[in-house]
Amino acid sequence: MRQKVLVIIPCLNEEKNLPPVIRRVKKALRGAKILVVDDGSTDKTALVAQKSGAWVVSHPFNLGYGAALQTGYRWALANNFPFVCQMDGDGQHYPEFLPLLLKEVSQKHCDLALGSRFLGKYPYKIQFLRQVGIKIFSAIIFLLTRQKISDPTSGFQAMNKKVVRFYTSEIYPTDYPDADILIMAYKKGFKIKEIPVKMHPSDQSKLHSGLKPIYYAFKMFLSILMTILRK
Amino acid sequence: MPLQQRIFALITGFALLFLIFDLIRRRKLKEEYSWIWLVTGFLIFLLIVYHPLLFLVSKIIGTLAPANALFLCGFLFLILITLFFSVKLSQISEKVKILAQKIALLEKKKPGKSNKRPRRRSR
Repeated sequence: MRQKVLVIIPCLNEEKNLPPVIRRVKKALRGAKILVVDDGSTDKTALVAQKSGAWVVSHPFNLGYGAALQTGYRWALANNFPFVCQMDGDGQHYPEFLPLLLKEVSQKHCDLALGSRFLGKYPYKIQFLRQVGIKIFSAIIFLLTRQKISDPTSGFQAMNKKVVRFYTSEIYPTDYPDADILIMAYKKGFKIKEIPVKMHPSDQSKLHSGLKPIYYAFKMFLSILMTILRK
Repeated sequence: MPLQQRIFALITGFALLFLIFDLIRRRKLKEEYSWIWLVTGFLIFLLIVYHPLLFLVSKIIGTLAPANALFLCGFLFLILITLFFSVKLSQISEKVKILAQKIALLEKKKPGKSNKRPRRRSR
């Protein structure tokens, strides 16, 4: 069963954090294949990933988080993996929770399992403004789908092949695949379920510095609006 | 600003915004590249709808008529958009170069070996 699972880890300059993450994934999901998508790193991310026993695909330059994930989905589809997990390479996600997410999908309880840090089981500290942003997007998702998603920005997920195929289509966002893609997946008829997971507060300075939060909010609102208009 | 000019500017601004939204909806324009058009469209629309703002801009830049300020703003926005896309084009051409080099390196040929498949021996 585990041999049919692919764990995608999109990375950008994670040479320090990656080896322990890969080690823990191997321990948590014995037999699963690990694919590191190096999104144009300038350090030795690809080399350390390969040495740690992961398959590595390197982008010649930075394409964005969403594009890195999609490269992984394409690889999964080309190699006929029925189940795919995805997690970040910065150590924010605990690989020990991968079996829990995978179980939900493999036992057909849902098509897409999301790891949520806000379901109350494990405490998680977050900046006030980010918390407000996440709550707003959760509320929008609820308004449009009538489904409660507490952590729409979670990149800790497990999915079946149908979702992987959907994610390889041209509609998948290149930069931030968050609330918008969840709404699209719901509209497509996929069953989404949230599972409480523990997460380590990550260094968000790379992702949320300068004007990026403003661009993120603008892009996400626009993308959701377009999803509604494209009915 | 005469009523005729205002109506024309209003219709143009509205049509521009509608076109931008429709292009994004039909996936002809990516969300990532749409922000500069939307910001420009909204600002021009705001200048047309909210007259005191247009008068203020006109006063600041010292134009005789507010309509001139509107045209100047439109012209400046166009220069900014052209500059923005020139930067993007430069980045894309650099990326195309890197991709072409990568493909060329992947398809490298060893000396003395042809790419033809070896013929099967007939019995």
